Amino acid sequence: MSSTYLPEGLPQPGTGPDGLAEPYWAGTREGKLRIQRCSACQSWQWGPEWICHRCHSFEMAWVDIVGRGHIYSYERPHHPVHAALHGHGPYLVVLVELPDYGRVRMIGNLLGDPRQAVVIGAAVEAVFEPHDNSDPPYTLVQWRLVSGHTDA
Amino acid sequence: MSERSLRGKAAITGIGETTYYKHGASPHSEFKLALQAVVAACADAGISPDEVDGFASYGDDRSDAGHLAAALGIRELKFSNMFWGGGGGGVCGAIGNAAAAVATGMADCVVAFRSLAQGQYRRYGRSGAAAVLAGDDSFVIPYGVMSPAQRFAMKVTRFMHEHGIKQDALRAISLACYHHAQNNPNAVMHGRPLDAEKYDTSRWIVEPFFHLYDCCQENDGAAAVIVMSAERARDLKHKPAYILACAQGCDTRSAAPVHNMPNYASSHFGQLAPRLYQMAKLGPADMGIVQCYENFTGGVLMSLVEHGLVKTEEANEVLVKDNLIAPNGRIPLNTSGGNLAECYMHGLELVHESVRQIRGVAINQTHQNDVALIMGGPMVTPVSSLILGSESAL
Repeated sequence: MSSTYLPEGLPQPGTGPDGLAEPYWAGTREGKLRIQRCSACQSWQWGPEWICHRCHSFEMAWVDIVGRGHIYSYERPHHPVHAALHGHGPYLVVLVELPDYGRVRMIGNLLGDPRQAVVIGAAVEAVFEPHDNSDPPYTLVQWRLVSGHTDA
Repeated sequence: MSERSLRGKAAITGIGETTYYKHGASPHSEFKLALQAVVAACADAGISPDEVDGFASYGDDRSDAGHLAAALGIRELKFSNMFWGGGGGGVCGAIGNAAAAVATGMADCVVAFRSLAQGQYRRYGRSGAAAVLAGDDSFVIPYGVMSPAQRFAMKVTRFMHEHGIKQDALRAISLACYHHAQNNPNAVMHGRPLDAEKYDTSRWIVEPFFHLYDCCQENDGAAAVIVMSAERARDLKHKPAYILACAQGCDTRSAAPVHNMPNYASSHFGQLAPRLYQMAKLGPADMGIVQCYENFTGGVLMSLVEHGLVKTEEANEVLVKDNLIAPNGRIPLNTSGGNLAECYMHGLELVHESVRQIRGVAINQTHQNDVALIMGGPMVTPVSSLILGSESAL
């Protein structure tokens, strides 16, 4: 059984020439989930930007958070659009809202049966998925259901 | 100070289009298709191509204005303009930009066009991502969110969830487009009718709301319109289709990264539509012809809602096929077949159809044909919308 939710061979994350998201990807390698928080007005922000969209401060700090939230929306792609997914079958993508952190949203796969029924509002928690054999290695953040919890 | 408005200052005087092909089926290069469309539009307007003095396009069109002007022997190029953003978000904006150039005296005869041969370049429905990503892509593509359908499906899922709208509403949109295409010999899906059963049993592209027939085609072709001043338009051979209003842009942070736009379940027309109607001095009830860019039927649904044509609480009742077809439907929608069934000409075919409706020569002619609303590129950023009208609507 594969140790990753989707097959190997998909495009892998990188920080690009500007390095803006480097602290995030360094964090996931250490099992830490971190997002941006404005040092001036304390607003949470995701995804990464150079500036706070609320107060226009450039002092954006990276803060470790607890990866708990609920499913805000989801999709189950069937049609493969990348060679690595041919013959793989459907998979689940969830948009997770983090109520404790300014309701920012993150995207990941929902672990478990890809054909399971998905409930918007269901509580989920982050799971780190290392890709140690990639060059360079990286770690994705995935989500799994927390049994018995459903939020609005 | 005179009123700052485009209303009635410019008009579409000519339309031209190539044969529309399934992706990969065009015998002509993309640039040659562009030239064919421009020449056809000039012939329709009754002008010579060397009278053109401007080009406006969108969607990162590869046929650039300088090269077109050289190939066509344009005497003096006075205006060249590219609307930012991917997809068809700029289809109406490109025409608005052409009209603005004409209205302000920067140019006299501007072509708004789109040339797109997906068979010769990358298909939109396939991942074109590099092996190592950067920026926003790093947070979505490794999870299998790659194609437009995959990038937009969760917005539609959320919208349907929030408002309790059923798949049948989306099916009606698809059925109406295919219905209209069956009378249109230029439609790629002419002769390939769709019924409810065929829709229901079609394969999933993305669950829970994107069947195969909820998704646009991938095509090769080109289309062009000629925009000139209202004064000159009156001397030409066709009834002018006046630009009554154009609006474009983004709602608050609608391009926020990693799906963090505040109004998520949206086609991004919510802030634009009031500006559009204000410039036109008209409201949703005045729109006799309605053309909406279908990347996906869910985008059409949200566009109709955000332009005030359908209320969310009525959507399940109003969005049935009979209400959406010409000539007698309450909202005659995509009367030539649209992106779903005529051709994915990045929405410009919707503008052509609106002009034919206003001229009174459409194949599926509507009764109330004095005003047409065109909505471009739901869910992308920026988006744009256009209202065209006949002389009687001025």
